[in-house]
Amino acid sequence: MAGKQSRLRLAQRARRGMLVRGVGCAIALTLAAAALPVRAQGGAAQEPVDLSGSWVPYFNNNVLEVLEGPFTDDWTGMPLSAAGRALAQSYSASMYAEPERVCQLYGQWKYMTAPFSMRIWPVVRGSTDDIVAWRLQKTEDQGGMTIWMDGRPPPSKYLDYPRGAFTTGYWKGNTLIAHTIHMKMAPARNNGGFYSDQATLTSTFIAHGDSLITVFVLHDPVYFTQPFVYSRAWSRSARPASTTWPPCIVNYEGIEEGVVPFFLPGKDPLLDQMMQLFHVPVYASEGGADTMYPAFRDKLKAQYLKLYPTFPKNCTQYCTTFRSGRPAANLPQPVGRAAGKSGRRKAPSGP
Amino acid sequence: MRKIMVISTVRILPILLVSLASGTAVHAQGPRAAGGPPPSAKAAAPVDLTGYWESLVTTEDWVYRMVTPRPGDYAGVPLKPAGIQVMDAWNPAKDTAAGEQCKSYGAPAIMRVPEHLHITWQDDQTLKMQTDAGEQTRLFHFVPSMAAAHGPRTWQGYSVAQWELQSQGGGRGPPGKVVWGALKVTTDDLKAGYLRKNGVPYSEKTQVMEYYDPVQEDDGDGLLVVTSFVTDPVYLFGPFVTDNNFLKLSSAAGWEPSACSAMW
Repeated sequence: MAGKQSRLRLAQRARRGMLVRGVGCAIALTLAAAALPVRAQGGAAQEPVDLSGSWVPYFNNNVLEVLEGPFTDDWTGMPLSAAGRALAQSYSASMYAEPERVCQLYGQWKYMTAPFSMRIWPVVRGSTDDIVAWRLQKTEDQGGMTIWMDGRPPPSKYLDYPRGAFTTGYWKGNTLIAHTIHMKMAPARNNGGFYSDQATLTSTFIAHGDSLITVFVLHDPVYFTQPFVYSRAWSRSARPASTTWPPCIVNYEGIEEGVVPFFLPGKDPLLDQMMQLFHVPVYASEGGADTMYPAFRDKLKAQYLKLYPTFPKNCTQYCTTFRSGRPAANLPQPVGRAAGKSGRRKAPSGP
Repeated sequence: MRKIMVISTVRILPILLVSLASGTAVHAQGPRAAGGPPPSAKAAAPVDLTGYWESLVTTEDWVYRMVTPRPGDYAGVPLKPAGIQVMDAWNPAKDTAAGEQCKSYGAPAIMRVPEHLHITWQDDQTLKMQTDAGEQTRLFHFVPSMAAAHGPRTWQGYSVAQWELQSQGGGRGPPGKVVWGALKVTTDDLKAGYLRKNGVPYSEKTQVMEYYDPVQEDDGDGLLVVTSFVTDPVYLFGPFVTDNNFLKLSSAAGWEPSACSAMW
């Protein structure tokens, strides 16, 4: 009898065990089934938009800067602080030949303003090809931008980070928003309008089918008094964008060690280009936050309209950036003197 | 009895869990229209564009926007020879005398003018945009009217609007809750005018397609980025694409209506 009861208990235990295992198995299967769609959506499918591909900028916006390079004294629309203005006015393009500054030209801001196409691709990891980052590259010497999507913490603020800086991002609908820190000092305009290594950058990537709109907002407590905003439109290209330019390598470029090319603020002989070419007075060309807003036109109106009849009847310099409908730079101008542009004139050297 | 309950639980549990899972997915698709009319454009707006906005002319084409561009300067515009001819004949005094001083305030150019915008809902299906510069009014019709669309040509033409809704999540899964969006506007029926104040022309065959993308900064500043694609088979080799940034204002401060000017 005892043996029978014992066998019965064992059998009951076995049934309970089976039931428990059955329930556990069912839960596991159910959870696995529920997890299947998630796994199936792993990798790129989890992203609301596939940004990968090659993107070509439109050459209608800001052409004087993008195609020709900015004029020596054109800081219009830049919210420069007094320090930023002083730095800009002492700028000499020869400074980039200093070994310490050979690569300084290439910062994150170049993604917006340089005329090159841009390639974007996902960085995937794991068996489900989860996208941990988006990688942007225009040319190798620009250091690239990696937008980490995996929530990793920022590196220590004391770390000397590479020129590519540190960027994290997240999606809001179809919009990718990225924050960049650990930036190095670099030009926001290629005529001495710098941002400092205290600057941070918010980049927004908005996809509309085969169009991409990028918005950069640069915050710099040192050289700017207000955020500096820049936007640009791109179209998707079937032709892969070349990113195989040689990387920036520090080399001897003609400036001896210890020599620092510069102008004393206001002493660059080309600081009158904006007036000569566009009748834009110094108080406008030297920039400042007020030059970004419509009300600034009131300051300009009387003087500008008075000078307007003195323009040549037909434009003579920097009048077009298209040749037979295709964007082009440095087109021959009809007549008139060829004004020097920033970076094309030797600067005096100081100790 | 207990056995039956346990077995039932074993059978029902997966169904319950699957039901819960699928129920979540259905819910994530957002509210369904239960046979009723679709929500109005105003009710369906994924973002609020209403209010006052101010042009932010940072580095982009300052000398073509903040001042009247030089005569004959069309840098950045893919202008055909026919367009260059028209531009070279620019005569602001003649335009003013002909009452056509608003030629540089038409829809293909107006977002490029340094200005303030005032955006309101005219009705549930029509968004209204007014500018202080040139005192222009644009109407964005979410329910287009065929009769109105082919009325007389005007500086602002006829604009058809639609929301581009952006959901949470993406890929092949079910669409989530709408979290963001943009406005897409297409405009035609335009009167011929100028892309720039110095007479760079566009013809009446011009079409404008625009995206209105709000961008929210972390510090609370609101930006509106208006990307404009202007196509004109008569005077342009290809699209003239510009981005125009506007800063959200908390009030009407700075709103100063001014009449069209052919010269400034």
